[in-house]
Order: sequence, then C-alpha cells, then structure tokens
Amino acid sequence: MLLVLEQALNGLQYGVMLFLMAAGLTLVFGIMNLVNLAHGSLYMVGAYLATALARWTGSFVLGGLLALPATLLVGVVVEVVALRTLYERDHLDQVLATFGLILFFNELVAIVWGRAAIYTSLPPSLSGSFVLLPGLRYPTYRALVIGVGVAAAVFLYVLVTSTRLGMLIRAGASNRTMVAALGVNIRWLYTLVFGLGAALAGLAGLMAGPIYAVQPGMGEQILIQVFVVIIIGGIGSIRGAVAGALVVGMVDTLGRAFLRPTLSTIVSPAAADKAGPALASMLIYLMMAAVLFFRPQGLFPTRGR
Amino acid sequence: MAISRRAIVLAAGAVLLALVPPVAGLLNQPFYVDLFRRMMIFAIAALSLDLILGYGGMVSFGHAAYLGIGAYAVGILAFYGVDNGFLQWSVAVAASAVAALVIGAISIRTSGVYFIMITLAFTQMLYYLGISLETYGGDNGMPLRTRSQFAGLVDLRNPSAFYYLVLALLVLFLVLGRRLVDARFGRVIRAARSNEPRARAIGFSPFRYKLAAFVLAGGACGLAGALLANQTEYLTPDFMHWTRSGEIMFMVILGGMGTLFGPVLGAVVLLGLEDVLSALTEHWQIILGPFLVVVVLFAKRGLFGLVEGEVPRDG
Repeated sequence: MLLVLEQALNGLQYGVMLFLMAAGLTLVFGIMNLVNLAHGSLYMVGAYLATALARWTGSFVLGGLLALPATLLVGVVVEVVALRTLYERDHLDQVLATFGLILFFNELVAIVWGRAAIYTSLPPSLSGSFVLLPGLRYPTYRALVIGVGVAAAVFLYVLVTSTRLGMLIRAGASNRTMVAALGVNIRWLYTLVFGLGAALAGLAGLMAGPIYAVQPGMGEQILIQVFVVIIIGGIGSIRGAVAGALVVGMVDTLGRAFLRPTLSTIVSPAAADKAGPALASMLIYLMMAAVLFFRPQGLFPTRGR
Repeated sequence: MAISRRAIVLAAGAVLLALVPPVAGLLNQPFYVDLFRRMMIFAIAALSLDLILGYGGMVSFGHAAYLGIGAYAVGILAFYGVDNGFLQWSVAVAASAVAALVIGAISIRTSGVYFIMITLAFTQMLYYLGISLETYGGDNGMPLRTRSQFAGLVDLRNPSAFYYLVLALLVLFLVLGRRLVDARFGRVIRAARSNEPRARAIGFSPFRYKLAAFVLAGGACGLAGALLANQTEYLTPDFMHWTRSGEIMFMVILGGMGTLFGPVLGAVVLLGLEDVLSALTEHWQIILGPFLVVVVLFAKRGLFGLVEGEVPRDG
C-alpha cells in the first residue's frame, strides 16, 4: 500500500512536469494558433542552462533561478526571429519549420556541451529524503518539484483569471483582431505569451535535470507525451492541460511500476516479463486512442474553435 | 510549354537514374549505387505520403511507422527462417495496411492539429513497441539474416539487380499514382481536401475515401520499409523514430507536395544534401535545420514548382 502511495506521488511529480510543458504549449496554440514542436527544445535549453549556470555559480538554486529568465530570453529571441512569421501560416508549415528548429537546437547543444548525457548532482540539503508517513520516506527533491509545480500552476491560474495581462491573454485567444482594434499591441502580447511558455518549459527542464539525464533530444521524449496530454485534455484549454497531465503522469508511472506484477498474477510470469514493459510504455497512447474514440475534441474542448 | 518542359525533365531524370550503376561501376564507386538506391526507396515512401498529404490534405506526422512495420515484417520472418521474398513483402504490405487502417480509423475522425499530434503519438507508440521487442534486438535492433529470396528471379545480393528492381518499383508507383490521382478516387480525395462539407453535400462520404487513401499510402510505405530492410540489412526501432517521419514529410515539401514527381526529387535532394553535409561536418544538422525553416518560409511550392513553372493549383 505504501509502495502504491509512493508511486502515486512519483506519478504526481511527473504529471506536474508534464503540466508545466503542456500549459505553455496549449497557451501558445490557443492564443497564437501555433503548433510549436520546438517547445521541447526550450525544455532542453532550460535543463542545459541550469546545469551550466549551477556549475558556474557553484549553487544549484542560484543556477536554477538564473536559468529561468535566460530561457525566457531564448524563447523571446526564437519568437521574434523565426516563429512570428508563422502565425498566419497553416499547421503544416508550422510543424516543418519548428521541426527544423529542433534539429538546430539539438545540434547546437551537442556542439556546446557534447552528445554525452550530463548528470546534475543535487546539493546535500536536497538530495536526502524525509519521513512522509511512518514507514514511508520520500525524496526531498521530488517533493520540492511537486511543490514548485503546484505553485506555478496556481500562479498561472491567478495570472490568467485575475490580472490585466491575463484578461488580454483571454481576449486574444477569443478574438485577436478585436483586441488589436482596441489598441493593444498584439505582437508584443504574443511575444510575452511565448516567453511565458518558454519560461514554464525551462522550469520543467531545469527541474528535470537532477532526475533524468540531460542530453540532446531530451526535449522530444517529453514533448510527445505532452502532446498526448493536451490531446486528452483538449487543445487550448488550461483546465484540460491540468487534467490531462495528471492522468498521463499517473497512468504512465503506475503502469510502469505495477503492470508487470499485476499481469504475472493473470498470465505466466515469463509472459508478463515480456508483455509488461511493452504494454506499460504503450499505455498512455492506448488511453489517448480510447479518449479520442469517444471524445474527438478531448475531455475539455475549448468553445468557439 | 509547361508540359514539354516537365516531360523533358522527367525523361532526363529516369535516364540519369538508370545510368547510375554502370557509371558507378566505371568510376569504381559502388557506394553511389547504394546511395541512389536508398534515395529511391525513400522516394517511394515520400510518394506514398504525398498521396495523403499533398492530395488528401492529411498532415500525417507518423509515416515512418509503416516504414518500420514493413522492415520488421521482413526482419521477423527472416528471423524465423522464412526468406521467400514474395511472402515477406506481401506480409510487409498487408501488416502496414492493417496498421494504417487502425490508426487512420481513429485519427481521421479528428482534423487539423489533432490529426498531426495523433499520428505522431501512434508512431511513437510503435517505436516504443519496437524498443521493447527484446527477442528482435530491442533498442539495438538486429541484423537481417539474409536478403529476401525471389526463387532465382532477382538476386538482391547483386547490387545492380537490387537497384533496378527498386527503380522499376518506383516507376510502377509513379504510373499507378498518376492513374489513381486522375481517377474518380483521386478527384474525391482532392475535393475532400479543398472543401469537405461540399464534397459531403454532393453525396460522397469523405471519411471512407480518406481512410482508403490512408491505407493505400500505409501499404505502399510498408513496401518501402521492406526494401529498406534489405537495403540496410539491419533493422532498428529508429526506422520508426519521429524524426524519420519529419524527414519524409520534408522530402515531400522540399520536392513539392501535390505533385507525384516532387517527392522523388525531394528524396534525392534531401538525402544527397545530407550526404554532402555529413561529409563536411559532424554537425550537419545545424545547417539542415535552418535550411528547412528557410524552405518552408520562402519556397512553399518546392523544387518541382520551379521545374513546372506557372501551373494553376488544382482544387
């Protein structure tokens, strides 16, 4: 039972990271109508910058704090240089151009930091674990990730629902021409939203560093799962991103942990050993297919689109 | 005017491709037979994608799936000692077509960006399935035991014979593609692309036609996968990697989508470019990536658009 709880927390932690990615992607799609495959590259850039800055400053926390605005800046530059011209194009053009950006970023990172995976070490204060319940210790760092992720989600919610900027974002999503006609500089609003999405992706990336390996192409592994998240949740919907991220994070983590033992009680252990991992890695895609079969627009479809 | 210019280019292209093995033999550079055969295999894959992407308007970002299924069908049969090519290749085509039927039946119900992401996600699922197939090499893949046998008709171990077989298949697919696109079937899927409600209003069920096109494209790409397994004599889940789907898609765009010869040209140019760039620097993708962006932004009609000159878009 405690094992289930621990794995559920791991699922929550993964879901939180998926949400940080999905929120940026879905905002950018909802407001600018842009399919941005290079969102994973920003995650990777965030992870690398955090690692490099942590080495440079000698402090993990300081490195992370510096990496956040740095990733935001990278996002703004990418938006102004390349993506701005793509908003009016069709999705095919956007997919291909951002695919080109992925190749560029993966190679750039390989040139600067090499192709080998980098492992970040945590400061002693974060690398331990604490007693969550009697008999259950949980790693401090993973708990921190959950806390930061939830805080970011709350921040995003407050930002979108009750600030002037959030009002503009919502207005831009429903009718961009009207917002521009009312005298809002829609171009800068777009740049700002893209930068915000980049910073969220960077946050997910820099937190991912100590848990997963930092290497070229790391962004795409998570990106495709993030696609599954927003397909399940409904593209353009923040609520959908929350629901989708939690569902995918839980199902993926729990599937990997428990599918094989569960299967071995039904079929022979040898067959379970073979089928378990394969099925576990396919589980979220099968779930996506099932959701789409019944609700082609996802669980929380956005209105008027 | 445009027609004759196009005919000249096509004839020249066919002759040039046919001349590759003797010229490479003369220059003692067998590598080029290999390279051009690879280009033509990918040309078949790109051609099949163009049927649904260029003519059907379905932006499938998962075409590498069928390449992988075709390759694994050949590889797995060979693994169990079945090396009859007729059987292997039929299974490759059938398995890819069935996969396309399942994926298509779910994806075509959606449209736009959902379609892009779903096809991508399904391919990723198959990629992970390939990785988890420990019996067949898992992550690392496995060598093909032997190239497909054709009862003495064609010997694929002979590089030139294999080359001309691929060339013949490519020409066959071009001819079939032309007839398919000009037939009633092709007109319906083009109609569905340009205006689906109208196509429905005049009494067609676009879903069925689109699904049929999706399945045909999957099956054709499965054959390309069977060829690719024989070409590399090694199969890995990387055949299904999502970047491979992106590459095939780029071939179509680079050559010119909605034209049958465009994808062929795109495959030749892209793989040629990769070959030249990777000889120059290990980091060739840093050049290829921005090149892709520039092509998308400024040369949407593709290379074949330049060849054809001014031709009104069908639709």
